[in-house]
Amino acid sequence: MRIRKLFGAAAVFGGVLFAALSAAPFAEAAPKTSVTLGMSIEPAGLDPTIAAPVAIGQVTWQNIFEGLTTIDRNGAVQPQLAESWEISEDGKTYTFKLRPGVTFHDGEVFDSSVAKFAIDRARGADSVNPQKRYFQTIEGVETPDAQTLVLKLSEPTGSLLYWLAWPSSSMVGTKSADNNKTTPVGTGPFTFVDWSKGEKVELARNPNYWNKDEAAKLETAVFRFISEPQAQAAALKAGDVDAFPEFAAPELMESFEGDDRLVTVIGDTEMKVVAGMNNARKPFDDARVRQALMMALDRNMIVEGAWSGYGTPIGSHYTPNDPGYVDLTGVYPYDPEKAKVLLEEAGYGNGFTLTIKAPQMAYAQRTAQIMQAMFAQIGVTMNIETTEFPAKWVSDVLKASDYGMTIVAHAEPMDVDIYARDPYYFNYKNPSLNEVLDKIQQTTDSDEQAALYAEAQKILAKDVPALYLFVMPKLGVWDKKLKGLWENEPIPSNVLREVYWEE
Amino acid sequence: MRVLARYPILLAGALITGALILTAVLSLVWTPLPPAQINILQRLKPPLEQGLLGTDQFGRDMASMLMAGAWNSLSTAFLAVAAGACIGSVLGLLAAAGRDLLQTVLMRICDVIFAVPPILSAMALGAFLGAGRITAIIAIGTFMIPVFARLTLAGALQIWTRPYVLAAIGMGRSAVRITLVHVLPNIGNQIIVQVTIQLGLAILTEAGLSFLGLGLAPPAPTWGRMLADAQTFIGQAPWLAVLPGAAILMAVMGFSLLGDGLRELLDPRAR
Repeated sequence: MRIRKLFGAAAVFGGVLFAALSAAPFAEAAPKTSVTLGMSIEPAGLDPTIAAPVAIGQVTWQNIFEGLTTIDRNGAVQPQLAESWEISEDGKTYTFKLRPGVTFHDGEVFDSSVAKFAIDRARGADSVNPQKRYFQTIEGVETPDAQTLVLKLSEPTGSLLYWLAWPSSSMVGTKSADNNKTTPVGTGPFTFVDWSKGEKVELARNPNYWNKDEAAKLETAVFRFISEPQAQAAALKAGDVDAFPEFAAPELMESFEGDDRLVTVIGDTEMKVVAGMNNARKPFDDARVRQALMMALDRNMIVEGAWSGYGTPIGSHYTPNDPGYVDLTGVYPYDPEKAKVLLEEAGYGNGFTLTIKAPQMAYAQRTAQIMQAMFAQIGVTMNIETTEFPAKWVSDVLKASDYGMTIVAHAEPMDVDIYARDPYYFNYKNPSLNEVLDKIQQTTDSDEQAALYAEAQKILAKDVPALYLFVMPKLGVWDKKLKGLWENEPIPSNVLREVYWEE
Repeated sequence: MRVLARYPILLAGALITGALILTAVLSLVWTPLPPAQINILQRLKPPLEQGLLGTDQFGRDMASMLMAGAWNSLSTAFLAVAAGACIGSVLGLLAAAGRDLLQTVLMRICDVIFAVPPILSAMALGAFLGAGRITAIIAIGTFMIPVFARLTLAGALQIWTRPYVLAAIGMGRSAVRITLVHVLPNIGNQIIVQVTIQLGLAILTEAGLSFLGLGLAPPAPTWGRMLADAQTFIGQAPWLAVLPGAAILMAVMGFSLLGDGLRELLDPRAR
């Protein structure tokens, strides 16, 4: 990973030379039928139902795997493998009518028994599903006939249809599920072809896709993994990569201006950059310390310094795109003097030393360095320990909770509930938050849900279990002729179904 | 002074390295601004517009960072070369004084060490010790050991065949005494020259390690990391890359010139 920097630097010089020498674009004959998409992070496996990193879903979701429901480009829940559903009066029985004629890429027929298998696999005792919590209210799965699936819930679950659309709720086949990590088999418009580890994943159009009207327009698609922003820019300018839906370096965005082949598209994401703290560990178990650290940070300056001003400061674990958003950046605004007073009250008048485990990504490293300087002003010394993401970070921080502070972008939408999850790496426990989150699930009324989400945001903003920094924008760069990519990202994804080349 | 004028290479090397060392030492007591002080409103300002040498992506003062970086770079390089030179020279002298078997064993060990590039050993060490100054010093120092062991062995073996050494052996002097009285003083100059040349290489390696994130942890500025951080800003703010690059160039060139100059001055055959 680090060695690539050298190659990255070389690639830049190469790219600059190349761009200078080849001012004339290539002559193009027939419209292209394949696309190469760039991604910064290579997933460790390709099964979104067994591991958390969003890169998995960004390759597979809606391309290889589909769910009972799906989320469209505006963030709304839509039917997919379930063509319709009925919810009982008490909100505890969901009856799905499954779509007929759906087969997996290996020929297995999708019916209610397969759907039951997939859901039982996700909610079972030995399930490793990253969002297992979303299935916990499902008490029983019944299959009255091949096209009908009935979910019996222990209590109303207002977000169930939304959660069933997530990559982690994808429908998997009974025969293929165990091998999905390396050779994913789903029902989607693309089939898996090959994965050259460290380089790319190749997909091809699924000729037998169940929905002829929405079959993929592309013949083939390739996801290429390029971690260094310089190399990403060079690959884009050289045409090796047709699109970088999430370009990694905001400071390089202006270098694409004036390029007559590429277009830049700034969209919204759900990526909340959050400095999580181990609430079970001293001194982070003291709310005053957490609040003081929050007040030591000038979020506007962080956005400016770390992300060239692209991004929106946040005061809670929620983004302006989500229903019920409240701007809570004013709860603990930048105020180093007050922060010092709070630290003094908490018994840390002379400050303290902490270590942040920061992944190698630029946003994390830069934000950590700015935080380091800002903390120094209130007498807090922060050491930065670079922790390789995803493997080492997942094992040390996410799984083992062996850390004091960390920083990472939480990409899942509307995931306030992670603060109620036990165990989760924050080790945060607050019954009043759990109560509000439970109430959200008791109702299916969206206004009521929004009001409750606002309440949950306020609890987090006041208690500061993690330092809320900013929402990252989606910095898209792609070929002008490439159409159909999502501009915004209501859920981390690269949906290729509607992508095509304009002639 | 007149001696120096006869050796322009030595003079140039001495001036450059002298200036660097002075800057490095000065940074311990004074820099224009604290090198870790960020000022985001003044980020990416070109030289002279904000501070003497401009500011970086966090609005830190480049001049102050380069000064502090000089100390971090030079001190790491000095310690690594000192450690490598001491251990390597002792091994070389031992091998020369010892029997064939000892000589073979020591030199083969050196070959093995030499085969592993310092970047690689630093990465392996970093996994155990964590990245940082100690890791960098150990990695670079280890790489220096075989360099000095070979040099010392080659020099010492020649001395051991000289008539006055044979005479000393005939008089029944111990190997330790011969090494200290006759061998070491006669190859001391070579070692000093080699130390100077290796310092340049050590600075380059240290910059490479920091570039890859294996050097000192932030906020301590290092030339290598400044260069690494500058990569994506090279279009907007070329001075972020040019200045630390020039600093590394100056340091490596300075020590190389000094080494060559010293060789000219000290090596009787070159005169």
